[in-house]
Parts: sequence; structure tokens; C-alpha cells
Amino acid sequence: MTIFGVPTQALFGQLLIGLINGAFYALLSLGLSVIFGLLNIINFTHGAQYMMGAFAAYFLLNWAGLGYWWALLVAPVAVAITGIALERTTLKRLYQLDHLYGLLLTFGFALIIQGLFRHQYGSSGLPYAMPAELAGGRNLGFMFLPNYRAWVIVFSLAVCLTTWYVIERTRLGSYLRAATENPSLVQAFGINVPRMITLTYGFGVGLAALAGVLAAPIYQVNPLMGADLIIVVFAVVVIGGLGSIMGSIVTGFGLGVVEGFTKVFYPEASNTVIFVIMAVVLLLRPAGLFGRAS
Amino acid sequence: MPESLLAVHDLHAWYGESHVLHGVDFDIRSGETVTLLGRNGAGKTTTLKSVMGIVSRRRGSVRLEGRELIGLPSNRIARLGLAFCPEERGIFASLTVEENLRLPPTVRAGGLGVDAIYELFPNLKERLRAGGTTLSGGEQQMLAIGRILRTGARLLLLDEPTEGLAPVIVQQIGATLRRLKQEGFTVLLVEQNFRFAATVADRHYVMEHGRVVDMIPNAELEANMTKLHDYLGV
Repeated sequence: MTIFGVPTQALFGQLLIGLINGAFYALLSLGLSVIFGLLNIINFTHGAQYMMGAFAAYFLLNWAGLGYWWALLVAPVAVAITGIALERTTLKRLYQLDHLYGLLLTFGFALIIQGLFRHQYGSSGLPYAMPAELAGGRNLGFMFLPNYRAWVIVFSLAVCLTTWYVIERTRLGSYLRAATENPSLVQAFGINVPRMITLTYGFGVGLAALAGVLAAPIYQVNPLMGADLIIVVFAVVVIGGLGSIMGSIVTGFGLGVVEGFTKVFYPEASNTVIFVIMAVVLLLRPAGLFGRAS
Repeated sequence: MPESLLAVHDLHAWYGESHVLHGVDFDIRSGETVTLLGRNGAGKTTTLKSVMGIVSRRRGSVRLEGRELIGLPSNRIARLGLAFCPEERGIFASLTVEENLRLPPTVRAGGLGVDAIYELFPNLKERLRAGGTTLSGGEQQMLAIGRILRTGARLLLLDEPTEGLAPVIVQQIGATLRRLKQEGFTVLLVEQNFRFAATVADRHYVMEHGRVVDMIPNAELEANMTKLHDYLGV
């Protein structure tokens, strides 16, 4: 069977790869958006923190004997704590300054962290086995669906939608949205905004680390795994609109799929299609597809 | 003489390098409504923001029932029972009317219930699901006042609540302020419109160049009209 002259097997295979990539784009751009909204900082360390999540899973397994399911819980918290330390000691000094300073500082941290890990662990990648419960897969008739990949898509979608719900529909989220608009007034209502900023940064970093744990069984654990991904994620964020929660989720998954299909129909463009879309969006809608024009 | 609820002494404040308040002195007794009058740029708004801790570079003394507030961040000050309604109203566009209303946390018991606020401002109840900034200017002002009545704060700092509003809305806000006085709230009000101020306040402090230069009890306002015209340039 073929669609537009392409075997359905290949089409659905690329759709699956697209959704997997999209799941990582969505988790990472969501964290970036939440952080940018409240901290006014473009967190270039995000890719390194994603990588740290994967390494944390690796360390937990090899040093502490804690497997994947523990890592899913512990690694994001551990990496979030390092993020909180970073925010308390350095980032908080930059909030009043131009975006550029935060970008430079976090970019510097990304290079340092990646350099340290590469120095210690090389760049060839360390294996991380997928959990036994999710090994294998099922034949859907039109394609073969590996269980672990289905899990990554469903779980990351659930995390994204939960995050959206908390931010857009709960009281805690209303504090966050209000503080994004006018932090000094929210603080004058009696809310400890500096603490909220710190915890928000920790949360965004935790999302990156969670994506890292999810990625470890698929891509291996590699010091540079975040460096390649983060550039694409920034394009996703620009297309979706910086600071938009739903925009990050929809654009993340959507662009993953677009990228997957491009591999089928015009493979030469598959590495650049997202950047082409970014250029077009910037020309036509500079605030992004879901962004509020300021 | 009853103890002051709020006593401000030799308050200085800066925006960046610019020295805006040069030793402000005034006090408010519990249950009073007091205004700060003065021309644009006299330092009225800055005084409110400095009392509230929003202007962080400040010096001198701000005491609430004897407790010094000058070194505290604004969230701690709010928790002691002060609430601030900014001149630009500060309604959040990304929050619904209801979320705006429920945003400020309760700092102590004794605030108005949500129903009492709807009774004061019936317009709000019909627009709860709407975005905060889709309200008219007058409705936004009601929302901005309404939301700080919920918190249990006893001392309300209101920055020009009547600015730019239609006369009928100004009257409604005047009635609200008199009602709040009956309920025992203490109000520090910044006003440009001293005719409005005269209908709600017990005393008026006049500010010039970052200082309080005069205090006029409301009962003596008529007798001091010439002087006041001079101060305000009207």
C-alpha cells in the first residue's frame, strides 16, 4: 500500500519518529517558555541540563543501582536542584539587564558543563538500557510500534498537558501568569516572587532533565546530546512564540511531525525545514504563531 | 490622642540615582481616611510605593503600629496588613476577572467576602469569565479596589482611584470609600481632584517637591481654599 507514492510503512515510521522528536521538542521548549516568561532569561543551559538528566539516570543506575523508574523521579529533582543553585548564585543578578546578558551567561555555563562531561566521559556515548517492562513492541497491522516509543509520546504529552493545566487553570498558575506580567505588584500583594522565580527555574530545568531521562534509552547518554538538540528547540520556541505554553506544546509536536514527513518526501530538506519555517514565521508573524504581540 | 496606625518619618526614596522623596513626614490614625494632595511630580505615588516597599531604595522610618517596615520587602509588608491599588490599576490581562479578584492572598481574617464585593460592584459579577483587561476603565478600577478588600488588610493605599473615570463611576467609588470607612478600614488616598477628596477624607496632607508641606483637616478645607489653590496650581 502506498500514499502519494510512498509506502505506508515508511510514512508511519517517519510519523512515529516525528512524534518522538516532537515530544522532546515540546518538553524542552515548554521549559524554556516557562523560564523566559517569568525570569526574562533565555536559558541556553537548557540543552546541557537535558544531557545532565540523562547522565543522572546513568549515574543512578551504575552507582546506586536505581533503575529507570526511579531515575524518572529522582534525576529531574537532582538536576533541578543544581539549576536552583545556579539561579540563586548567578542568574538572579541579571534580571534587570538586557536579555543578552542572561543568554551569554547561560551559554557559557552550557559550554562549561558539556566540556566537563566530555572530558570525563568522552563523546562516544554510554549505553542505557530501556526498562524491561517497556521492551518489545506491538504490530498495529500497518506498522510496528515499539512500546518504549509509545510510552515516551504518551508520557511527555501527559506532562505537557498537566503543566499547561497548572499554569492556565489553577491558583498557583494565576500567580505565575500575574508575576510574568507585573512581578512587583504581585509581590506587593504578599507573594514571595523571588522564591517563585527560583522554583520556576528549577521546574523548567527539571522538565529538561526529565526529557533527558526519557531520551537516554533511545539516543544513549552523550555529553553533546543536548548541544545538537537545543538549536532546533530554540527554532521551535521562536515559531511557537516565546512565553506561550500551549504554543510550545503544539509547535513542538507539530514540527516534529513536519520534520518526519519531510524526511519521506524531500529528505534533503529534513535538517533545515524547521529553520525555513522559522524564517517564514519571523517574517509574517514576528511574535510567533501563538505569541502575544507586545 | 490615639496611637498612629501608620507613622512615616523622614522618608527618603530614590529611583535609580534620582532622589525623589526628601524627608516625608505624616501619620494616619486607625479608621481615618487621609489624602495626599499635590501637583504632578510632588512625590505622592512614590510615597505610597515607598510605604509599600515597591520602591526598594528608601531610607527613614515607616512604622505600622510601632513596627518598622523600612527594611522589609513588599511581600512581607503586605502580610502585615497593607494593600496597594496602583494608579495604572494593575489588572492582569492573562487572568480572568475572577482570577484577578482572587489573586491577592488573604493576609489576615476580617476581609470582605467575595459576595460583599459583588454587592459593592455588581458589574464585576456579570463578567467573571472575561479577561481582566476587557473590562472598561471604571470596571477595572472597581476590580482593582475590590480585590484588595478581600485580603483582610486594614490599611489601603489607593493611588488616584478616580483618574480618568466618568462622574457616575467617581460617585460610586466615593460611596465605596465612605462605606469602607464605616467598616473600619483605614485609607491613604492619593488624589489630584481635591473636590472629590473633600467628600471622603478626614485630613489632607499637601506634598511639594518630595516633602509634606502642610496638613489641612477636612473641616477647615473651605477656609484654606486660597492656600490650596496655590499649592495645587488650580
